[in-house]
Formats: sequence, C-alpha cells, structure tokens
Amino acid sequence: MCKDCGCSGVDHGHEHEHVHDGHSHKHGHTHGVEHPHEHLHPHSHPHLVPAVAEARTVSVQQKILSRNDEQAARNRAWLSGHGVVAVNLISSPGTGKTFLLEKTLEGLRGKVACAVITGDQRTDNDARRLQGKGAPVRQIETINSCHLDAEQVGKLLPEVAGNGVKLLFIENVGNLVCPSAFDLGENFKIALLSTTEGEDKPVKYPTLFSTAPVAVLTKMDLAPHLDWSAAACRTALRQVRPGVFIFELSAKTGQGMDAWLDYLVKLTE
Amino acid sequence: MHELSIAQALVEQVEAVVAKERASRAVKVMIAVGVLSGVEPEALHGAFPLVAEGTTAEGAELVVEKVSARVRCLACGQESPTDIYFMGCAQCGSRSVELTAGRELHIQSVELMTDER
Repeated sequence: MCKDCGCSGVDHGHEHEHVHDGHSHKHGHTHGVEHPHEHLHPHSHPHLVPAVAEARTVSVQQKILSRNDEQAARNRAWLSGHGVVAVNLISSPGTGKTFLLEKTLEGLRGKVACAVITGDQRTDNDARRLQGKGAPVRQIETINSCHLDAEQVGKLLPEVAGNGVKLLFIENVGNLVCPSAFDLGENFKIALLSTTEGEDKPVKYPTLFSTAPVAVLTKMDLAPHLDWSAAACRTALRQVRPGVFIFELSAKTGQGMDAWLDYLVKLTE
Repeated sequence: MHELSIAQALVEQVEAVVAKERASRAVKVMIAVGVLSGVEPEALHGAFPLVAEGTTAEGAELVVEKVSARVRCLACGQESPTDIYFMGCAQCGSRSVELTAGRELHIQSVELMTDER
C-alpha cells in the first residue's frame, strides 16, 4: 500500500509525477495488496493533498442496551424455567418499599414461597430488615450506580430464587428515572408512590409510570393529614398509563393489604 | 446519571463495529432516543466523550434523533402520535392504547474512518 498518497484500495491505478534532476515525467501503475514499486532511481514526490483516509457509514440498528437485554432474556428464561414470578419494584427513595415488603413477606409466609433481591447504593440495611421472615434475601450494593442491571440480578438468581421460590421481589434502587431503562428479566414492573410525594408525580416521571402496569399508592394512612387527593393521583396515573391497576394501601395500619396480598397469591397460581 | 452506563454500553458497541468493519475509528455515531426511554440526550452528550476517551470512538460526533411517542388504538386500530402526558388515540379519542414508539434507545449507524496503514 502506498504510504504517501494513502491509497488503500486493492486494485486501482494512479499517476505519479516524478522529478529527476532537471526533468519530470508521469507514469501510471496499479496497486495490489503487495505493492512492488521498485525503481532504480531515487524517488521522491511531493503530494499537494494530505493522506486520504477512507470514510464510510455502516447501518447498525441495535439496541444500545442490547447486552443488558440479552442477559435480561436469560434471566427471564431462568425464572420461567423455575416457575418463578418476578416483579421489579421501583419508586423514589422513601416511598416505603422495604416496609411494604416486610409486611408482605409476613402476610405471605406459609402461603407463597417468596424471595427478595434488594438494591441500594450502599449498606445492607434493607436486607437486614427483611431477614427472618421466611424468605431468602440478598442485597446488591450498586456503589456508584443508580439502578440495578440484569447481570447483577442474574448472578444471584440461582442462590436466591432456586429451591421452590414462587415469587421474587426485586426492590430496585430508590430512583424514578434510571431503573426504568434497565430490563432485569422481571415479569413486569410495579411503580410505587406515597401520599407524601404529590399526586402529579406520574406525569412528572412518565418514563416509569407509563411502563408499569401496576401502581401501588403507599402510606394511605397519612392521606387525611395531607393536602393530597387519591382521585387526582389516580387520574395522573391513568393519563400516562391508561388501564393501570392501582392498589391503595398502608403497610402500617394494614389498610388495603388484603387486596394486595390476594393479588400476589393469584400471580403465582 | 445512568447516562454514564448508557454511554458505556454505546461506546462498547461502537468499538465492536469498528473492529468488525476493520476500520480505524468512528467519526460519527447516530442514535435514536425515544421520549419515554428515560434517557436525557443532553446528559448523554456530556457522558459520551468522557467514556469514549482512549477508545476507537474517541472524538466521534454523537448525533441524537429524538423519537416521539406513538400509540396503536385498541378500539379503532389506528396508529397515531400521542401526548405522553395524556395518552390516547388521536383518531377516536379512546384511552385504550398501546405504545408503539417512544421507548427507543438504538444505534442507527456509525460513520467509520479507515486510516492508511
């Protein structure tokens, strides 16, 4: 390949102008892969154009998160092969996901074999809160990441969700934006929203609330003390996800917990 | 800031394309980002050059095509654009719709440069 003019094709001709003491001449030649280019005379030729590089555009048409999605598909196959229903719980920090899970595990104990994978940036506080309720629990510390990904979950599946588990709760990192972009292999996402957060949150964060077919309104016991309207919140949820299935409950007082637990039991039947 | 993870995944794929096509580097990367993908193009523009540094995607221009949301109506069967803050069928007004576009997070094409060797 010619090192001066940058021609990179396999077979094409080009012209060189040569200057030899006092005279000049042109000659054409063809480049092959190997470039026999021998002359008996010394050979220098200035080029006016810089080295030419070859530019081209290739169509790719791939999902940017295809590696995560492929792992999510493997997780989904594993879960379905082991008869496990998995739900991915997503909400802001402080909505009460862990407290709801504590009460849910207590309520389902002896009825449905449950397991939990819980994610936080730091600490295993949540896993410790969920211990001793008859369900295997594993904590993922994401450190600097704002979401769980399919690989983190996939690694834990055999140890946490094997052995006859029927229902796996994946408690995502508290965050309304990032976790909704990462498929973990769950059956579906459940969005949670507490009465202290404002009714219009579904419209402010449509990415999550449009993805989740089920929404849970938590801390309903606080509703009478707040300037908060359940009707306005339901409207906002349906604006971004028509047909969304909505639970209203308080894990603290037990209000609405029966319907929630019945629903979870039915998921696994 | 999951845009950093997204940028990481994007750069890995661009590097794979460069290697597969036996090119030297990528000079332009075209992606499609749906309004409901959860990805903020501005943040991605910020993260991409940082992640691309030292890779065959270094210096590549990132071009983002924003994709609007569309729904298919379960009542009348028509497809139409929709307001993501009030999803419904633009043809018949039904709220029984399913999303057909708006969650995209795709690479569309990569412009490659093959330097002389």
